[in-house]
Amino acid sequence: MNWTAVATIYKAEMARFWRTFLQSFISPVLSTSLYFVVFGSAIGSRIQEVDGVEYGAFIVPGLVMLSVITQSISNASFGIYFPKFIGNIYEILSAPINFLEVVAGFAGAAATKSLFIGVVILCTASLFVDLSIQHPVAMVAFLVLTCLSFSLMGFIIGIWAGNFEQLQLVPLLVVTPLVFLGGSFYSISMLPPVWQTITLFNPVVYLVSGFRWAFFGQADVPVLLSLCAIGGFTLACMAVIWWIFKTGWRIRA
Amino acid sequence: MAAILSIRDLRKMYDGGFEALKGVSLDIEEGEILALLGPNGAGKTTLISTVCGITTATSGSVSVGGFDNVSQFRAARALIGLVPQEITLEPFTKVLDTVTFSRGLFGKPANAELIGSILRKLSLWEKRDSRIMDLSGGMKRRVLIAKALAHEPRILFLDEPTAGVDVELRKDMWEIVRELKAGGVTIILTTHYIEEAEAIADRVGVITGGELLLVEAKEQLMARMGQKQLEVQLAKPVEAVPEALSQHNLQLVNGGGGLLYTYDTRAERTGITTLLNDVAQAGLVLSDVQTRESSLEDIFVGLVSTGGDSKGAAEGDAA
Ligand SMILES: Nc1ncnc2c1ncn2[C@@H]1O[C@H](COP(=O)(O)OP(=O)(O)O)[C@@H](O)[C@H]1O
Ligand SMILES: [Mg+2]
Repeated sequence: MNWTAVATIYKAEMARFWRTFLQSFISPVLSTSLYFVVFGSAIGSRIQEVDGVEYGAFIVPGLVMLSVITQSISNASFGIYFPKFIGNIYEILSAPINFLEVVAGFAGAAATKSLFIGVVILCTASLFVDLSIQHPVAMVAFLVLTCLSFSLMGFIIGIWAGNFEQLQLVPLLVVTPLVFLGGSFYSISMLPPVWQTITLFNPVVYLVSGFRWAFFGQADVPVLLSLCAIGGFTLACMAVIWWIFKTGWRIRA
Repeated sequence: MAAILSIRDLRKMYDGGFEALKGVSLDIEEGEILALLGPNGAGKTTLISTVCGITTATSGSVSVGGFDNVSQFRAARALIGLVPQEITLEPFTKVLDTVTFSRGLFGKPANAELIGSILRKLSLWEKRDSRIMDLSGGMKRRVLIAKALAHEPRILFLDEPTAGVDVELRKDMWEIVRELKAGGVTIILTTHYIEEAEAIADRVGVITGGELLLVEAKEQLMARMGQKQLEVQLAKPVEAVPEALSQHNLQLVNGGGGLLYTYDTRAERTGITTLLNDVAQAGLVLSDVQTRESSLEDIFVGLVSTGGDSKGAAEGDAA
């Protein structure tokens, strides 16, 4: 591994984050607060408890997942799309580095940014509700893995995208619905039986369920299944990226 | 001398089915300056991109310092610096940062002193904290060169480094190239300014329509292809070329004040002695004699318009 190169890409990507630090910080704080005002207080006061957990606290894991997934995808896809758009990707293509190093730099930086935002949201949430985390190690593991795997997915989207519209398309049309329908704001057991089955085809369900288990010790699907799902998703993304670099799809003429 | 870059039968067919390189073979010796001369669309950028790993070859092989540029890409690419044709820089970064980035990308340890000296040499030191977007076009080009030099490459590709830059910068660029050569760097530059090849290259390759027509030492090329002209200036102007000199195919110039004789330097006999004898016999008095060599440009235009199946070549602007 050419670690110097990895660190170089990572630092350059993080530099963009620091340049817009205030924005990166304020917007998740604001949107989280809004969610709590709307869901936690307005609606939550009528729902009371889900699976024995106060509704305000119940939505925290889903809220974090929602932001972390969206942020990972948009950070990583923009990170690699930008040099493609400007043309300075020539430097990356002609440097003595392999695909693992390129991905480690770009996706690593994107994951770091969304991890940061995830932590900011958790902190903001703890101002509104009592948060107890029953399995802190698992919580961190789920969080980091989610940041990483969706940054990899974002990386793929950034390479695939031919223009800025396409860059927005997948997150908007695919990811946001999956996350909203993935049990972020409800327990699957609240759905009619047919939908309980259909929803199991949504990969985000496994993430949110596993993540919520780390907080409250309760899950919609077995935790091991959640871990396998996210592990499998990460590997699938890596395989696609490996193929992209091997064939040069959309990056090498 | 050993070839530091060896290109063998390189072909590149783009996805649309267009063959941009039709089997190019080329050996470049360590420490030389090679100018690749060719009209727009000749395949110059494609050739460079394929060597550097930006495009993949359809067939053929490239060896850089003995390393295959695909199977041993790390060792091969580490030797190469590339200055691309287009100005492709991230607008929000600062000069010093982007040049430092380039060095890191090649896995070299940070070296502020070296980066500083590169920036000074390229007159960029004062601008080191400026954002790219605040620089002029010429300055951006210098930044591209600084980035390419940041990892101390042994081979430098300059893809049309002086296209669209002012005369001063072009002269600066040539000076930089000469300095690099003195430091042992091998330089391959593409250009469609003949003047440029003539001024700084050791060897010249002519490429058109994806084919390398020839590669030859500059002097040799000019001598081989070149025509020389001899102008005889007369003490007293004449109205027409005298009958006695008709066999020499002379042209009347300067309103009759001179006679122009064109000869081929390749010919065994230039015919100069006979000409001068005949001029004296005809009773003309010489005031002066001058010779002129044809420039690379004349040669180049001649080559491209006659060479190969030059469908695209004729359309490109060769100057
Ligand atoms: N990515 C590409 N896809 C298809 N054709 C291309 C591509 N890049 C270049 N070409 C074509 O290949 C030919 C050679 O281009 P190029 O190498 O840029 O020439 P030069 O640098 O000598 O001007 C041109 O006809 C150009 O249109
Ligand atoms: Mg070109």
